[in-house]
Amino acid sequence: MNLTLRIWRQTGPDSAGAMTTYEVTGISPDMSFLEMLDHLNEELILAGDEPVAFDHDCREGICGACGMVINGQAHGPERTTTCQLHMRHFEDGDTVDVEPWRASAFPVVKDLVVDRSAFDRIIGAGGYVSVPTGAAPDAHATPVPKPVADLAFEHAECIGCGACVAACPNGSAMLFTSAKVVHLNVLPQGAPERESRVLDMVGAMDDQSFGGCTNTGECATACPKGIPLSSIATMNREYLRATLKGGARR
Amino acid sequence: MALATRTERPPSLIGTVWHSTVGKKAVMAVTGLIMLAYLVAHMMGNLKVFFGAGEFNHYGHWIRTVGEPFLHREWFLWAARVALSASVVLHGVAAFQLSRLDRAARPEKYRRKRHRASYATRTMRWGGVILALFIVWHILDLTTLTVNPNAQQGRPYENLVASFDRPAVTAFYIVAMLALGLHIRHGFWSAAQTLGANSARRDRALKFVANALAALLTCGFLAPPLGVLTGVVS
Ligand code: HEM
Ligand code: FES
Repeated sequence: MNLTLRIWRQTGPDSAGAMTTYEVTGISPDMSFLEMLDHLNEELILAGDEPVAFDHDCREGICGACGMVINGQAHGPERTTTCQLHMRHFEDGDTVDVEPWRASAFPVVKDLVVDRSAFDRIIGAGGYVSVPTGAAPDAHATPVPKPVADLAFEHAECIGCGACVAACPNGSAMLFTSAKVVHLNVLPQGAPERESRVLDMVGAMDDQSFGGCTNTGECATACPKGIPLSSIATMNREYLRATLKGGARR
Repeated sequence: MALATRTERPPSLIGTVWHSTVGKKAVMAVTGLIMLAYLVAHMMGNLKVFFGAGEFNHYGHWIRTVGEPFLHREWFLWAARVALSASVVLHGVAAFQLSRLDRAARPEKYRRKRHRASYATRTMRWGGVILALFIVWHILDLTTLTVNPNAQQGRPYENLVASFDRPAVTAFYIVAMLALGLHIRHGFWSAAQTLGANSARRDRALKFVANALAALLTCGFLAPPLGVLTGVVS
């Protein structure tokens, strides 16, 4: 396959970027999108040009590092991560636009690489369970009903890739934050910090440059892990409940 | 040094709510639902226009006497006006502030963007602006009668007919009611989501109710001007 790629090139955080066109030939339909970019980069390096910078790590859809917007869609046309997107979903001769996540909270570092540490700050505010250290507790010490465990797991699947923020017209982090809040708030282990967690995490979210939620639903459509839109409703309920109970942010 | 604790005076409830995006959106949802409940009652009142001037004008006078003798004449009416004005202002201010934040959070567009959100969802802001302009016009037209040259105090039926005898007014009214229908189509479901009343199981039912409410209110509010247009009401 041959493709025309238009890729966002930006040398550093403060420099102006632009879409640059590349003709890429000899692409196998079995290549992943990242392998196709590797293939382009090999040619760029051989020609003495600067390779396209992009984030990646596991290349098996579990680390969340590899986000980019392909033809206006976060992670491209399939509901998966960019590393698991294969070139067979494109047609020979297509023109493909590749851009970084666009959000004020995710500044571009270089080319397609953005800084997602705003997510880390949200997690740092309450995306954990405080436990005393010591011997590991018995596995059956805290019974968790199966439906609750399933619900928690469905939300624990979030890999923090940022596709929700990238797809949202408001650059909102509500789906990400709600995945983390719901994951821990439904479990008995998370119960002691149920109120402070949601208040602190929503507070930390608002302290970054994310927008608010207009219930557009673009986030849940883009999520490679299928975090449902109803998670946001659950987080809203947890937040309002905690607020009415008189909780306040730290 | 003492350990950090949460025993200091916590920020006020209202402050916490208003300064968070989730809380401010909840204010929009509650005020939106208050206005929505009012509109259902308002629409039913309007439909009395089809039963003649006597019944419609009688209804208009009755509204002023609601709650008597416990309440003084018009106290109920003024309480409703105050609550609705507060709702419109809070709703509009929250919408404006959140929209500014939203735009700042997403300054750059993608080259190709396929919209997956519905038309109603994408037109909430401009639709809201149309509604705000309409509310101002509507009060000047049929409450204070400022912009209704042939109107007389205490004769709501005749004033309504006089207002809709002007085609431009009818056209603006129709546009505003279509915007209202779209606003409610997204807004009712959205409010349930914002207030945490939605869940995967309830989602379809809530969307159905939102569409039904939107259709009911749009048709109900469009009936009187169409009645005047076709001569059924004169
Ligand atoms: C003053 C004029 C108005 C403006 C500027 C306005 C604007 C907005 C905006 C921007 C939203 C958020 C949209 C979104 O989340 O996607 C919204 C939501 C809403 N509006 Fe309005 N609106 C106005 C009047 C009304 C009226 C008259 C009603 C009564 C039916 C109403 C009911 C609602 C409801 C129920 C919501 C949903 C709240 C939520 O998403 O939680 N609005 N409005
Ligand atoms: S590289 Fe780990 S999810 Fe794509």
